[in-house]
Amino acid sequence: MPISAAVQQTAAPLVSAPDIEVQIAEAARFTRRHLIASIYRATSGHPGGALSCADILASLFGAELNVWPASVDDPMRDRFVLSKGHACPTLYAIAAWHGFCDKTESLNLRKLGSPFQGHPHVKDLPWVETSTGSLGQGFAVAMGMAMGLRLQKIGARVYTLLGDGEMQEGSVWETAMCAAHHKLDNFCAIIDYNKMQSDALNEDICGLHPLADKWRAFGWEVFDIDGHDIPLILSTFHRAASVHGKPSVIIANTLKGRGVPYMEGSPAWHGSVKLSREQAETALNALGCTAEEIKEFLDV
Amino acid sequence: MSENNAPALIGSSGDSLREAFGKELTRIAPEYPKLVVLDADVAGGTGVHHFRKAYPEKFLQFGIAEQNMVAAASGLAATGMIPVVTGFACFLERAYEQARLSVAYAGRNVKIVASHPGLDVGPDGGSAQALEDIAAFRAIPGMVVISPADPVEQALATRAILEYDGPVYMRTGRSGSVRLFNNDHVFEIGKGQIIRHGTDVTLVACGVEVARSLKAAEILAEENIEARVVNMPTIKPIDEALLQRCVIETGCMVTAEDHNIYGGLGSAVAEAVTKHHPCPIEFVGLKDSFGTSGEPDELAEHFQITAPYIAAAARRAIERKDKMQ
Repeated sequence: MPISAAVQQTAAPLVSAPDIEVQIAEAARFTRRHLIASIYRATSGHPGGALSCADILASLFGAELNVWPASVDDPMRDRFVLSKGHACPTLYAIAAWHGFCDKTESLNLRKLGSPFQGHPHVKDLPWVETSTGSLGQGFAVAMGMAMGLRLQKIGARVYTLLGDGEMQEGSVWETAMCAAHHKLDNFCAIIDYNKMQSDALNEDICGLHPLADKWRAFGWEVFDIDGHDIPLILSTFHRAASVHGKPSVIIANTLKGRGVPYMEGSPAWHGSVKLSREQAETALNALGCTAEEIKEFLDV
Repeated sequence: MSENNAPALIGSSGDSLREAFGKELTRIAPEYPKLVVLDADVAGGTGVHHFRKAYPEKFLQFGIAEQNMVAAASGLAATGMIPVVTGFACFLERAYEQARLSVAYAGRNVKIVASHPGLDVGPDGGSAQALEDIAAFRAIPGMVVISPADPVEQALATRAILEYDGPVYMRTGRSGSVRLFNNDHVFEIGKGQIIRHGTDVTLVACGVEVARSLKAAEILAEENIEARVVNMPTIKPIDEALLQRCVIETGCMVTAEDHNIYGGLGSAVAEAVTKHHPCPIEFVGLKDSFGTSGEPDELAEHFQITAPYIAAAARRAIERKDKMQ
């Protein structure tokens, strides 16, 4: 089967800051296209919360994490844990962009025999760092990694991405308290704050306000930013890395479904949905794909 | 090592199982530089206060937050550490899902060591007596489940779980325990051993019920019933070969455990036995009930898991065997 040029686009070497931002924007665009295609092909998946975190993951993998396909076993590598495991199509897509996995194979989402399960599994894909899919757990596992690295005097950092609804899990606050108590300044949590969860708005399900104050009260350094502003995301990572004596949390204000107008701001696209051919084509069209690219993404 | 010729030293008391665990862990710690011990503010109760005193830099305090502690253990293991998670059995159950997903599913080398299991907890009462932990952890794929019988075996098992690469759930015990084994005792994960010979019935037990089964065998001996006693410290993976042999040689069995009769040692034995040579089995344990307050021996009597009840179960098993022949 011919491999499509659209699917097989590759990350170019990064040079200067503006170039990095351009490259990350391009990676994020690819990520959104790829995840729409994989969810369409799977006939199930969570597009809303996958789209909302695309710019964050593209920024992390594009400029912040010191991990590459050749260094996934390196003890010195930075770690990233996707605590909101249902957004794994985004992780698979950005990983494919950076060469951790094959771009076409990773479209084979949620299928028997595929390592690209509906929630990431470390025994299938070692670079996902840990298995997630039960909210709250990835956050705690990531904190354990930060503890383990510090005990072994390894200077790597640990990043984890949480959903906003995830913060309704009580264990999140166990971890928040513990990480601050242990002064884990090699640990950075990012919250994909798209304000929506499976059934409705956070505030209608179980309100999170005042979110930043909650984290400050738990002893964390808080950064409250636009989660789609790539230069700002990058500069915030740098600021978080220079915090001493406490962990950092980046509250990334995002838009659920970002990039696909008919999904934006609608909780209907949180849950595991089946995308029709027309819906997938409309989404890819909105993401700037040509008719030929759409066909390649959906049929390759 | 299916045979063990060490005499059963019933009556001589040793450390509690939790003390035996805590002391041995501390003693052998220098051999395991990646070892870290995790605690949820119960170190004095689980025996790891010894470790905390000797190795404060490797003792990680999580506070009263077991879910976070168990998941964090997975992260520690992911960086190459060997985390030993400690707590009371009933409270570690609240981190069951973390043990399932973050530890076992992720294939992490995490050891969960639970003190205060079963009626052995005593006066704290029904809320604190985990009587379903073996069943619960046994159901997690890949999880090894261990319940040693005496302080010597507990110490040996402590080293064995550190040597083993994979997730383990191990019980200790709260009350002062009976010393059963000499210092030349051998423990191997997945192996049981015959600790008293007999051919009329096999009594299979783990934890505090091993000593009670030996007493039951003495009661039965007075009636000219020769009961074999099998110490089965590993509930998963269970020693199927030894059980098969015992079925062939004795024709019936009794299982005894400080645990619900559903899902624990009795179920594991029945699953193994019915695969090969089915035989009558009687189950001694909690009859699908919770515990209550009282001293451990009083509770054992109240809930009918002491030697006379094991002996009575043996008579029933033998009677069923005889009817089949």
